[in-house]
Amino acid sequence: MAKTIVQEFTKGLWDEIPPFRLVLGLCPVLAVTKTLGNGVGMGVAATFVLLCSNILVSALRSVIPGKVRVPCFIIIIATFVVVVELVMQAVAYPLFLQLGIFIPLIVVNCIILGRAEAFAFKNGVAAAAADGLGIGAGFTISLAALGALREILGSGTLSIPFSDSVIQMFGPDFQPFSFMIEAPGAFVCLGLMLGVMNLAGK
Amino acid sequence: MRDIIRMIVVLAVLAACSGGLLAAVKSGTAAKIEVQQLTFVKGPAIQEILKGCTNNPIEDRFKLKVGDEEKTFFVGKFDNTPPAVVYETFGKGFAGDVGIMVGVNIETDKLIGIGITTHSETPGLGARAKTDRGFKESFQGLSIKDAIKVNKDGGNVDSISGATVTSRGVCTGITGSSDMYQELKPKIMENVKAFGS
Repeated sequence: MAKTIVQEFTKGLWDEIPPFRLVLGLCPVLAVTKTLGNGVGMGVAATFVLLCSNILVSALRSVIPGKVRVPCFIIIIATFVVVVELVMQAVAYPLFLQLGIFIPLIVVNCIILGRAEAFAFKNGVAAAAADGLGIGAGFTISLAALGALREILGSGTLSIPFSDSVIQMFGPDFQPFSFMIEAPGAFVCLGLMLGVMNLAGK
Repeated sequence: MRDIIRMIVVLAVLAACSGGLLAAVKSGTAAKIEVQQLTFVKGPAIQEILKGCTNNPIEDRFKLKVGDEEKTFFVGKFDNTPPAVVYETFGKGFAGDVGIMVGVNIETDKLIGIGITTHSETPGLGARAKTDRGFKESFQGLSIKDAIKVNKDGGNVDSISGATVTSRGVCTGITGSSDMYQELKPKIMENVKAFGS
């Protein structure tokens, strides 16, 4: 049973990669991945919250009474979400405008509460940190892949994360496949990527 | 009983720590957030009003006390025409307050342009106040000292069709700021001069 720290980290990148394997936290996955930049921004914000809440929950696991553990998790998670929201407003205001309501909604993202309940509350600080970082990295990679695919097909561009520059992928004659930007396109993309991953995992 | 006390204590301490941390982060980021909002929310409206100015109005700003509040004024300098100040005021729209950026030529006291910053008006109707060029341009040249009205009420502003309430709100918002502007005029002149023209 005893896994190494490295294994706790790497499991989040493939075996338990959140939107595809755990199929958790689909709301932000589908809603904000219109562009690569948005996807990566959301992923980084969620990773920060996940890492901090995992560490704190794990550190306090002997202090927190079992009966009120969920309210405690929510307080811890909500605190870090507000921190992320304020910091994002201070350093990346356009990204904050783009992500809008989905930043405060990280509070109810079931990946974060799920990892606090299923992992951090039962494991040591180092393992919990590795788990949070791994799952967060997996979440970010998934969002980036989905965002890049949808942006390239749906608008014919690729936005570089954390900057204003946008690469034009095709010539001026390109007709954007705007279905990919809409919500149904997100479902189709997610389904296809899940299918490819299952095929590759066999 | 001991269990209950322990739960209450743990929750209370956790919530108190969280509150403290958030207060610290909030006050630590407040100044930066203000600059960001100036650049991305108010900035575009200010730049549009002061089109062709030779300075950066976002940087050349000063604050004056109005009652208990502080109002920010943005200075626009031009090559051939006198400088202008832009400030934000609020009018009552159809669905809440409408934020209006008002640009005034400080020598003639005439409006050089207006812009809408924040609003919650109906998309397609009142929300057009933000983008409708004809509506915004019809304010140009009106004097801040006069009451500004839509043409339905006998004024000179072309109201947006289907959005009379919003149009009226913008007019009364600007008219409402007239007293404040005239009262602060000497201080405004002083501050604008400090930026050199």
